[in-house]
Amino acid sequence: MPAPIRLRELIRTIRTARTQAEEREMIQKECAAIRSSFREEDNTYRCRNVAKLLYMHMLGYPAHFGQLECLKLIASQKFTDKRIGYLGAMLLLDERQDVHLLMTNCIKNDLNHSTQFVQGLALCTLGCMGSSEMCRDLAGEVEKLLKTSNSYLRKKAALCAVHVIRKVPELMEMFLPATKNLLNEKNHGVLHTSVVLLTEMCERSPDMLAHFRKNEKLVPQLVRILKNLIMSGYSPEHDVSGISDPFLQVRILRLLRILGRNDDDSSEAMNDILAQVATNTETSKNVGNAILYETVLTIMDIKSESGLRVLAINILGRFLLNNDKNIRYVALTSLLKTVQTDHNAVQRHRSTIVDCLKDLDVSIKRRAMELSFALVNGNNIRGMMKELLYFLDSCEPEFKADCASGIFLAAEKYAPSKRWHIDTIMRVLTTAGSYVRDDAVPNLIQLITNSVEMHAYTVQRLYKAILGDYSQQPLVQVAAWCIGEYGDLLVSGQCEEEEPIQVTEDEVLDILESVLISNMSTSVTRGYALTAIMKLSTRFTCTVNRIKKVVSIYGSSIDVELQQRAVEYNALFKKYDHMRSALLERMPVMEKVTTNGPTEIVQTNGETEPAPLETKPPPSGPQPTSQANDLLDLLGGNDITPVIPTAPTSKPASAGGELLDLLGDISLTGAPTAAPTPASVPQISQPPFLLDGLSSQPLFNDITAGIPSITAYSKNGLKIEFTFERSNTNPSVTVITIQASNSTELDMTDFVFQAAVPKTFQLQLLSPSSSIVPAFNTGTITQVIKVLNPQKQQLRMRIKLTYNHKGSAMQDLAEVNNFPPQSWQ
Amino acid sequence: MQFMLRFSTQGKLRLQKCHVPLSDKEKKKITRELVQMVLARKPKMRSFLEWRDLKIVYKIIHASVYFCCAIEDQDNELITLEIIHRYVELLDKYFVSVCELNIIFNFEKAYFILDEFLLGGEVQETSKKNVLKAIEQADLLQEPRHEYFNVPV
Repeated sequence: MPAPIRLRELIRTIRTARTQAEEREMIQKECAAIRSSFREEDNTYRCRNVAKLLYMHMLGYPAHFGQLECLKLIASQKFTDKRIGYLGAMLLLDERQDVHLLMTNCIKNDLNHSTQFVQGLALCTLGCMGSSEMCRDLAGEVEKLLKTSNSYLRKKAALCAVHVIRKVPELMEMFLPATKNLLNEKNHGVLHTSVVLLTEMCERSPDMLAHFRKNEKLVPQLVRILKNLIMSGYSPEHDVSGISDPFLQVRILRLLRILGRNDDDSSEAMNDILAQVATNTETSKNVGNAILYETVLTIMDIKSESGLRVLAINILGRFLLNNDKNIRYVALTSLLKTVQTDHNAVQRHRSTIVDCLKDLDVSIKRRAMELSFALVNGNNIRGMMKELLYFLDSCEPEFKADCASGIFLAAEKYAPSKRWHIDTIMRVLTTAGSYVRDDAVPNLIQLITNSVEMHAYTVQRLYKAILGDYSQQPLVQVAAWCIGEYGDLLVSGQCEEEEPIQVTEDEVLDILESVLISNMSTSVTRGYALTAIMKLSTRFTCTVNRIKKVVSIYGSSIDVELQQRAVEYNALFKKYDHMRSALLERMPVMEKVTTNGPTEIVQTNGETEPAPLETKPPPSGPQPTSQANDLLDLLGGNDITPVIPTAPTSKPASAGGELLDLLGDISLTGAPTAAPTPASVPQISQPPFLLDGLSSQPLFNDITAGIPSITAYSKNGLKIEFTFERSNTNPSVTVITIQASNSTELDMTDFVFQAAVPKTFQLQLLSPSSSIVPAFNTGTITQVIKVLNPQKQQLRMRIKLTYNHKGSAMQDLAEVNNFPPQSWQ
Repeated sequence: MQFMLRFSTQGKLRLQKCHVPLSDKEKKKITRELVQMVLARKPKMRSFLEWRDLKIVYKIIHASVYFCCAIEDQDNELITLEIIHRYVELLDKYFVSVCELNIIFNFEKAYFILDEFLLGGEVQETSKKNVLKAIEQADLLQEPRHEYFNVPV
């Protein structure tokens, strides 16, 4: 068999291959040759063959059949064999294979070899890929070598020990004695590796850490070494760009960090040296900055005094001005970590940070953006916002959503004025409108509602914004909602903040209809637009017919949501027109709730009520209608809270923009959900009872039967009966179903039932089944009343009835006192 | 440091040193991923990347070869750049003005030199002189009749 070709020749041959296929063929041929050579157990050429195998392995070809051969090489006496053998072991073997265990003995022998380079090979291999078993077996040998005076071996033993400790932490103790005088070495290699070893031990074991702090007085030693490095003159052997052994400096700084963490004494002992390094290190090259970076990390992590911390942050600030983007990146990352604890110091570098928003590097931009948001406060909000809005304009799409959310948050916290706030929101909506998150829409709407004096200005600006472009859904949604609410202000040109625009009702309806028709509008947006149009029916005077037409058209829309709304609005026009103005009244100021849960609801001052009729929010307490006034007067009480049968309010702050303004979304979905328990909506100031109402039926499925019904009223042929149900889930709630019947020979029309209860109670009136009580008891009107009685007081009620009968308007008041005890106890 | 790679601008691997136990297949996969990631970087971009839970530090040398190191979160990226730089200097000194072909034909030497500079991913010798001295002395131990070994010209 001819001698196997040499390594270099093989490499040369393979490189002549022009295609992948050609290369593969060559490799396969050579592998076959090597295999047969291995089979012949030829010692002479084994080394050459394994070397070739390693080359082919690097190209990506399998070489596992050479694993055993590596072991044979390691066991050989020749240095060359060992060198290649150990290299092969490190490249081809990993600890998951059993083969490597066979190495243990060889390594053990080689650790005790007479030639230091052989010992070095063994240490290197063990320290690179030794398994836990191997480490356990050989730890003793490593420990011995750690105490040798041969610095070449000592440094390797130290790093080998690090590996052993990582693999078998319990063995850490055994290396402790050997560490005693490690730092007295002059040899930098030994010093460096010793520091690494000590670092590993201190990080892993708090006991070790304490030991090294107290007993070994590690800190002074390290300080001394570091000082020498800085103060000593030029040492060509270890010099890098004028700095003496930066690798060692960085390592020492890192160990100091661990020692000084949470320890006042140690931190104090290293204060001076840290200040010295921070101020004296040359910053023109990367190597100096590497040391400064490590110094900053250390200063921020230990219990350093404030002057030092400010120094550190200033270094980071200087880094931000560095041309090298690596350094800028590293600085921003570090600043982000420290901005919470050292806010004021970081503030001083705000303008530099803001400049980084214009950096070309994406990660730098992102970090700069995060930092900027962390630094916004009441003093700098105007300036910062200008920069951030500019950033929002020009940044990559992946940032826009986060940036928009951040701007909203910052604006909410620090807005100097309402007008500024609205303007900022407008700016975000118009520049990044499609990236705004869904949950921002309800928040914005709430904000706008609460800025009462800005309504005219807001609606005008929003109108102008969508005139040109109505493709950005969040913007259109907010705009539609506002126009629906404040359209009257828009056409009457009431804006004070800026030049009022001339716009007619028809023009407003034009834009809303365009939104409805547009292909770009989502279903949710269309819902907003339709509702807005409906609301305008009470705010506009000349275009009501047009509105009616639009609403009726959408009654046959394919979109079920839209259809349902349209049908119900239609009904509002037809059967319930007398309620329309009350239902579509202006939204009251909302209470702000800060948590964000899907069950969360922002309570308005009005009562909430699910109804088949999805219409608008009720008038709030402070704006009672005339009917309420009547009741109040008649009932003569400030101890009575009048209740008017009304429709549900919208739930502005639920998750998902589509829930906003969603009147009776519960009925919409068809599946009434269980009412959220009081515990799940912690922020609501109104009693949870009101939430019960929102869930329509099921709450009261658990009926306790057996409460006797009463006749609450009987006069002039009109009889009203009360039947009772109690809820099992909420014992303070009583459901009363009233039934009105008419025994006269003529119908009673336009029948309205009203009720009032004492202040300690709360009342909810659901919609009646109709407004006509047919004659001769041929039918009844039913209506459901829910009463919340948390104090379990005796139930009392005053009722007022109005209806038309025999051509004249009738009205009566009565008190109901005969409630059975089971209905309220 | 968890691993170090050296590869050409075409993505051909020249050196792969791994300090965490990984199977051959895993090593291959990781190498491929990292090579792709680094080759996709444009010239003026920063040298640091985030990958899995590690930091990747890379550098291109003489516009022909990439060095790529994967370090842990608490390691200092800037000093890693210096480590790469030092290794390149060592190769330069040993091969007397290194060119890529030299490294290819003497790939095992590149590993030997690396093993005198780093051990288990940590720097073992900070003096350039000492590293080179050790290599030279070890080279002398090599039995001369082994023809696989050429003294670089």
